[in-house]
Amino acid sequence: MENNPYVQREALRKVLSRLKKYRVLIALSILFAAVTVGLTLYVPVLVGDAIDRIVGPGQVDFVSVGAILVQIAVIVGATALLQWLMNTINNKITFQVVRDVRSEAFRKLQILPLKYLDAHSHGEIVSRVIADVDQFADGLLMGFTQLFTGALTILGTLVFMLSIHAGITLVVVLLTPISLFVASFIARRTYAMFKLQSETRGKQTALIDEMIGNQKVVQAFSHEDESLEQFDEINEQLEKCSLRATFFSSITNPATRFVNSLVYAGVGITGSLVAIAGAISVGDLTCLLSYANQYTKPFNEISGVVTELQNALACAGRIFELIDEEPQIPEKENAAVLTDVRGNVSLTGVEFSYDPKRPLIRDFNLTVKPGQRVAIVGPTGCGKTTVINLLMRFYDVQEGAIRVEGEDIRDVTRRSLRSGYGMVLQETWLKAGTIRENILMGRPDATEEEMIAAAKASHAHGFIRRLPQGYDTVISEDGGSLSQGQKQLLCIARVMLCRPPMLILDEATSSIDTRTELKVQEAFARLMQGRTSFIVAHRLSTIREADVILVMRDGNIVEQGNHESLLEKGGFYAELYNSQFAH
Amino acid sequence: MNKLLVYLKDYKKETILGPLFKLLEASFELFVPLVVASMIDVGIKTGDTGYIVRMCLLLVALGVIGLVCSITAQYFAAKAAVGFVKKIRHALFSHIQSLSYTELDTLGSSTMITRMTSDVNQVQNGTNLTLRLLLRSPFVVFGAMVMAFTIDWQAAMVFVVTIPLLCVVVFGIMLVSIPLYRKVQARLDRLLGITRENLTGVRVLRAFCKEDEEIAEFETRNEALTSVQKFVGRISALMNPVTYIIINLAVVVLIWTGALRVEAGILTQGMVIALYNYMSQILAELVKMANLIINITKAAACGNRIQAVFEIASSQEQASASPEKRKDAPEVEFRGVSLRYKGAGEDSLSGLSFSAMPGETVGVIGGTGSGKTSLVSLIPRFYDTADGAVLVQGADVRDYPLAELRSLIGVVPQKAVLFHGTVRDNLKWGNPDATDDELWDALACAQAREVVEGKKGGLDFVIEQAGRNLSGGQRQRLTIARALVRRPRILILDDSSSALDFATDAALRKALRALPYQPTVFVVSQRASSIQYADRIVVLDDGEAVGIGTHEELLESCAVYQEIYNSQFRKEDA
Repeated sequence: MENNPYVQREALRKVLSRLKKYRVLIALSILFAAVTVGLTLYVPVLVGDAIDRIVGPGQVDFVSVGAILVQIAVIVGATALLQWLMNTINNKITFQVVRDVRSEAFRKLQILPLKYLDAHSHGEIVSRVIADVDQFADGLLMGFTQLFTGALTILGTLVFMLSIHAGITLVVVLLTPISLFVASFIARRTYAMFKLQSETRGKQTALIDEMIGNQKVVQAFSHEDESLEQFDEINEQLEKCSLRATFFSSITNPATRFVNSLVYAGVGITGSLVAIAGAISVGDLTCLLSYANQYTKPFNEISGVVTELQNALACAGRIFELIDEEPQIPEKENAAVLTDVRGNVSLTGVEFSYDPKRPLIRDFNLTVKPGQRVAIVGPTGCGKTTVINLLMRFYDVQEGAIRVEGEDIRDVTRRSLRSGYGMVLQETWLKAGTIRENILMGRPDATEEEMIAAAKASHAHGFIRRLPQGYDTVISEDGGSLSQGQKQLLCIARVMLCRPPMLILDEATSSIDTRTELKVQEAFARLMQGRTSFIVAHRLSTIREADVILVMRDGNIVEQGNHESLLEKGGFYAELYNSQFAH
Repeated sequence: MNKLLVYLKDYKKETILGPLFKLLEASFELFVPLVVASMIDVGIKTGDTGYIVRMCLLLVALGVIGLVCSITAQYFAAKAAVGFVKKIRHALFSHIQSLSYTELDTLGSSTMITRMTSDVNQVQNGTNLTLRLLLRSPFVVFGAMVMAFTIDWQAAMVFVVTIPLLCVVVFGIMLVSIPLYRKVQARLDRLLGITRENLTGVRVLRAFCKEDEEIAEFETRNEALTSVQKFVGRISALMNPVTYIIINLAVVVLIWTGALRVEAGILTQGMVIALYNYMSQILAELVKMANLIINITKAAACGNRIQAVFEIASSQEQASASPEKRKDAPEVEFRGVSLRYKGAGEDSLSGLSFSAMPGETVGVIGGTGSGKTSLVSLIPRFYDTADGAVLVQGADVRDYPLAELRSLIGVVPQKAVLFHGTVRDNLKWGNPDATDDELWDALACAQAREVVEGKKGGLDFVIEQAGRNLSGGQRQRLTIARALVRRPRILILDDSSSALDFATDAALRKALRALPYQPTVFVVSQRASSIQYADRIVVLDDGEAVGIGTHEELLESCAVYQEIYNSQFRKEDA
């Protein structure tokens, strides 16, 4: 995909469209670049002129030399100033474009459907927003600063050289390609070596990953010697291919330097002969020699920039792919705001599947009255979260409708629907920040008393008070030093504070010790009082007390009813119940 | 970093020859301006074409010698750098394998992996560049100055002033901007943090309708990043213009001095040109040197991190000879054992005493964090006790050579880890000399026979890295089989049947009981049903044994055991 010219062109077009608002700055940058290059190239000419006026004792024209030197000083000052301005402008453009793109990407993340986010690894998305954008910035900046100046330098040098002597220019123009040819020849030859090196490195990393990552098992089985032997084998291979790749690629510099010295010698000989014939002065020759010395530099830079730019465009392509991803279905223009939610939920003829080829939920009907409890049970991985996804409208149903208080949830605002629910998931997610910020997430305007009351009701107050900074203790993204149970209690407090009319809970607390688990259970029970609740149930008591039990298997709802009726039926629920809770 | 240099000692020849050839190359390069000068002063002045041709051939010859020298140098540098790093990797891998669990816990596997991969690669690049350039660049800079002195001391004074000035500017700008770049990185990391957080918490954030607040926060942080980026950009954008001014003003002064000296008849025109050329050589090399220094600093930082790993020594000393065992002793005995993990404020286990006779089954039960895994990890001496002693066959585990002690024990860890390779390779971890029949026996006992039979190739079925192509239950059964292949005297099952269904779990227990060599078995579990029939059950709560006895005894006397049991078997009293 990355080398697809169409994708690259598309990416380029999009980059350019984002550059549009900086067109004045870009024009300035180009202007400064042109002037800078012109002046930079003019300096050697002046130096040559000055040298021509220093021929020998008694043949020094001090007045002209002085005038030329003042001229050089002024030009150098101006060039430096312009160069700095140009660099600053380029920085500004690049970093602002990058900021805009990053912001755009992040905004997009907020409205992407869960379907997209669930299907892509988070690491990959993060690397698009952060690493790819960064790489893109580097490429863009390099492109700006070097592509133009490089191209202008080549052109300018040619013009200046031609103005001095066409024949010598020809020598330079004919000889320089050798350097480029040599460089690309070596690059082509070493490509395979680098590939082999990175493959071998990959193999070695995999082994390190395995053996060091699971070092405890290695030691438990006294397998150290064998694994070292295995490691050494790859290590030897890596040494060999690394040496080849490193050495052969490092020939590039000496080789191009050698070609440069050939060019230099070529200019030297032709220039000297022409000088003897009197067609050019010694100063001109000096000037030509210094041009010859620098002429290949922009070529090398440009070829570097071109690969960098291609890379940057590939990165840009990945970012724009994210930015252009289809967002979630926008809200209807006349979407109503759900008010006065009491907890009436109905599902009629709901059909849903993640993958059209594998139908999951078919013709699912359910009516829940305020205060009722719905338990969702089934073996692990049976798709219990699907129901949550639909209720919260993280995913849309494909057929049928879900209604809250008689309103189709697709006709109301997402905000009003979602604030009707309180949700506590199995993966306790806390935001990096203070405990207070986390509890107040749903209601930032709650008073201190309300917050403490919610924490007390969820049995979280006790442990929070014992933390070093109490409610102001900063926790990291994964909850840091808090135990799994404590994190869950915080999540419950967060919902407790909002007092939503409907609840979605996941009871899974397998990693919590018995004591804390009791507290979590109590907190859950208190939370559920009088509220319509959907519970991914793991506890027998929850299941037995539920008004409706939804039994799921392989993503489908296979049975529906209360505990007694389902047991009587002797179907999947009865089987599950007997295997899990009875022996 | 310096302690790593021992790994370079096998490459002494290369580390000396590399830079040496580089210097040779550089010195030939320094002759070029002199040749050009004489070409102008002698060749052009006298119109001697033959002389000019000879001089140009000399230039080419200098180029060829330079090329040969520098390719030789590159070869030695690459060889030394690559070999150096190979030795470091080997030593590091071997060193990490010698560390005990305590050190492994402190280091963390992701750190160790980074040290072994990207840090080591940085060191390789740094070493390579250092060998190639560290001597060359200063040599060219000062060589140019020295050559200037050989031409004319007065003109050379311009060099004496210019070089330090350039150094101050180049290194000064770098010194200022490097910490700023670190700041940029830190702000970028914050941005990365928010993005990742938003993805992991997307359901909660959307449930709380936090999208707008998150965007606002992201944009504030994004702006903060951009502003520091622009600031550092403005500073580093000074580098080129300022050095450009300095060099060219130096050229102006040089030409003026040159003019005066030519007028005085001390210098020739060609010599002025040579001086001018030397001045041009300086700048390029200084910039190279500055970049090199950045690279070296980076590599040195990586090197220091690697060295820090080498400096961690295993906290365990091991005996060299086999200890004396007692025939009538319990297979495993805990005597007043306490365990405190490094850096922990409290004991994870305290005052634990019990014993297990050969062939007995011991169940260990308790809530999360109660110390179950800690208890069993003391038997193969994964950790050392803070107090008391663990005895195996009557001898303190600290008196065993580790390999001998561990060969007595088959461990099935909580996390079912398998390695890339065939099923046979994996099982043979238990015993490299096991025959296929023995492997099948172990598989049968671990209830994994059908699993392997069902795979294409049977024992030759290739398991992917981390056992990705197997289900959790299949992996778990294979790890049990791996431990059984060893025919261990002591078998430790650390919550190893969690992914097995009830029937398989029961069949496994039955098969273990029927093993002809009658191992002493430790079963760690959160499920009362898994340990109910053990000869002895240790009930842990917060690191203390709150009950030791049989199921019936504990049901009578131990409150914690009753609590656990009832929460799992509530049906029976319903």
